[in-house]
Amino acid sequence: MTQSTSASTRPHGNFDLLRMLFNGRAFFALIAIIIIFSTLSPVYFSTNNFLTMSSHVAIYGLLALGMLLVILTGGIDLSVGSTLGLSGVIAGFLMQGVGIHAFGVTLYPPVWAVVILTAMLGAVVGGINGVLIAYFRVPAFVATLGMLYVARGAAMLMTNGLTFNTLEGDPELGNTGFDWLGFNGLLGVPVSVWVLIAVAVIGMLLLRRTPYGRWVYAIGCNARAAELSGVPVKRVQVSVYLLSGVCAAIAGLVLSSQLTSAGPTAGTTYEMIAIAAVVIGGAALSGGRGSVGGTLLGAFVIGFLSDGLVIIGVSAYWQMVFTGGVIILAVLLNSVQYRGRKKRSTAIPPSSKPGGVVDAVTGNRNSKSAVVS
Amino acid sequence: MSELTQHAPTDEIVLSAKDVAKSFGNVHALKTVNFDIHRGQVTTLFGENGAGKSTLMKILSGVIQPTSGEITLNGEPVSFSSSVDAQRMGISIIHQELSLAPNMNVRDNIFMGREIKGASGINYAEEARQAQKLLADLDGSIDPLDMVEDLRLGQQQIIEIARALSVESRILIMDEPTSALSATEVGVLFDVIARLKRQGVSIVYISHHLEEALEVTDHAVVLRDGLMTAYAKRADIDLEWIVRNMVGEGFDLGSPPVDHEFGAVALNIENLSVADAKVAGRFLVDHLSLQVRAGEIVCLYGLMGAGRTELLECVAGRLPADDGKVLLGGKDISRLTISERIEQGLVLVPEDRQRDGLVQTQSVGQNLSLASIKDFTRWLLTSRPRETEVIDNAIGQVRIKAGGAHAEIGSLSGGNQQKVVIGKMLATQPRVVLLDEPSRGIDIGAKAEVFRLLAQGAAQKGLAVLFSTSEVGECLSIAHRVVVLSKGRIKAEFGADVTKEEIMAASGESVAA
Repeated sequence: MTQSTSASTRPHGNFDLLRMLFNGRAFFALIAIIIIFSTLSPVYFSTNNFLTMSSHVAIYGLLALGMLLVILTGGIDLSVGSTLGLSGVIAGFLMQGVGIHAFGVTLYPPVWAVVILTAMLGAVVGGINGVLIAYFRVPAFVATLGMLYVARGAAMLMTNGLTFNTLEGDPELGNTGFDWLGFNGLLGVPVSVWVLIAVAVIGMLLLRRTPYGRWVYAIGCNARAAELSGVPVKRVQVSVYLLSGVCAAIAGLVLSSQLTSAGPTAGTTYEMIAIAAVVIGGAALSGGRGSVGGTLLGAFVIGFLSDGLVIIGVSAYWQMVFTGGVIILAVLLNSVQYRGRKKRSTAIPPSSKPGGVVDAVTGNRNSKSAVVS
Repeated sequence: MSELTQHAPTDEIVLSAKDVAKSFGNVHALKTVNFDIHRGQVTTLFGENGAGKSTLMKILSGVIQPTSGEITLNGEPVSFSSSVDAQRMGISIIHQELSLAPNMNVRDNIFMGREIKGASGINYAEEARQAQKLLADLDGSIDPLDMVEDLRLGQQQIIEIARALSVESRILIMDEPTSALSATEVGVLFDVIARLKRQGVSIVYISHHLEEALEVTDHAVVLRDGLMTAYAKRADIDLEWIVRNMVGEGFDLGSPPVDHEFGAVALNIENLSVADAKVAGRFLVDHLSLQVRAGEIVCLYGLMGAGRTELLECVAGRLPADDGKVLLGGKDISRLTISERIEQGLVLVPEDRQRDGLVQTQSVGQNLSLASIKDFTRWLLTSRPRETEVIDNAIGQVRIKAGGAHAEIGSLSGGNQQKVVIGKMLATQPRVVLLDEPSRGIDIGAKAEVFRLLAQGAAQKGLAVLFSTSEVGECLSIAHRVVVLSKGRIKAEFGADVTKEEIMAASGESVAA
């Protein structure tokens, strides 16, 4: 699931085992979490609990997949938690019926229309982020930080800070079924998990099999080279934020459906969980490295860890400490991995020329005359 | 080698290099160099790219240590463990790219890292006084409280010199100090050098501008392929002597393919201009017109700052043009984006392959197919077999020696990396290919192969090739035509029968010009 490092495999048994453990660290961390909590609590290792936890993971996973696209291009999206909240509120607002005073009627859009409109809202929010970042050169951190406040404020304004509680719809109005997303299951698995799987499959195809995916990776590693190779860099940049917004909106729909209520504070600080999931999954915040599989694992690690801590009755404060520790450890291991790679890639093959050595000594690869012959 | 150490130095010698050599593994970057630096005089290192100038410069400034040989400073043998060490012994280097903090003022830059401390923090008054004293000797118009970003480039260079003098440097190494300066600023710099000489400061000068260097130097050290080919006093030499010793016999980089007819004009650059964003009214590319026909190979020769990169990047769509048109096969492409120009058949192989050419996190194959990805996409998804075909073709065509398409980019040598960038652009089936210094930083064998590849493309596919170089030897390889660029304009145009001396004479800019 994590990226394979095919280069320089050596036939040392111990070494290979260590390397495998290291490269698959997110996976093994997940296994360890499951084993530890199963021994600590009899409730943890049960189908029911796994399904419940998975439906929580679905929310994190959806946000994290959108975040992955953004991070792969070397950006960051801090607004996804707020976008999630705003989307839920918009969905709730639409489900309550839209009163049009001029005609004295109230429109009750069917659920499919609510879903599409909400997803479009997410696209608009993300699109604004993208345009600000790609065309107006606002740093991603700042642009999305601003959007974090704007979207949250808008959600508060729409409800005056209150929560929409009746999302079940009314059979007479033909808008029932909103709770299907959060409550029902297919083949014994919650619909929200199926949504996550669907988005993950699309994401995987997108990243691995389409030109678009290749472009996302190329931009994240070297936008200048990508541009000179004919990649529409700015459009791709806008689109990753747009898709991140859509993912956040879908997550908002799933969450408000699970809760059958839509509160304006839903999803607060979820952007941090999404970033953490992506990083635990082995992605580099500098861009260009990361995968859908790794990100899903990251989401599971975070979800299973925090639910496990709740189940064994650890206080909320300790939960924060543990989660934070895991995130720091993940980033630490990532930097070890990438530094190792960098070393390997700048190592000089025996047949190569001395220019590389000079470069390695001075670190000055742009020097006009760094190469000697 | 016979000319070595024959002239008896009349003045005090501050530093002398004796049999200094440097090798990296099996490769000898520098072989037995012998010369002296005299007190209060200028010694210039001449040599083409890759001749060993920068290696020698790094040895003198302590960045790297020589493999063998001895350096004596004021009669004592020394070895520098680092550039800080060398600076402590009075040797400072002023790099081509200045290392100043533009957001701080002159005083703070001069004393950066060595702030003078007073009773309550930094003693700004004392710093300002000392800065004022240093600057008064160099350029009276600079105030210690001026912001560095408000100064002209030439003045910023003087700040660097002042900084070196503030640590009591007795030897200043100047790497290409005039490359970014205007003619007036060069004049000012030379005045400063004259003043430094009077103060007894010795200068090691490195420049591609031969005429300029001749004007300022007292001694000349000429390097070629790591060997010191000549060492003489200024009075005994002239421009021709330097060129002869610099260029030598040279390596065969191929000859222009002659067995094919040129086609119609493939690339037509009309009156193209790129304004200098930093200096109003100055042009990096100055109303330049140039035509390249199908099957023709044109070499663009020019010194640093002549506008080669700007011209090529503007034609490729990277830099916006301020005036003029670019026509591809008669069609105006001036308004198209880079990717549209690639689709139309015009590609650029950039100068700096690490910065602009390669995606380090992707494999050799993914790098090769990045620009032609649309060719193997069906119904939104890429086709693996088709992609493999494209990659295998590219690897075969440009003869990349790598551990297959899945090898990491970083595991390739410089020459093979360059071939990946070229292969990537050729995979788009272009009609016109622009290459900015395609031979930069690759060894001579790879160089010859790159040129062979371009010659083949021109002869067999009617490719129009426009490549730039700063090495005069490369102009005499496969090019049908050599265009000499200077200050954004075409200074001269030659056929394939041009000589090195003619090209160098055409491009050399004297201060008076």
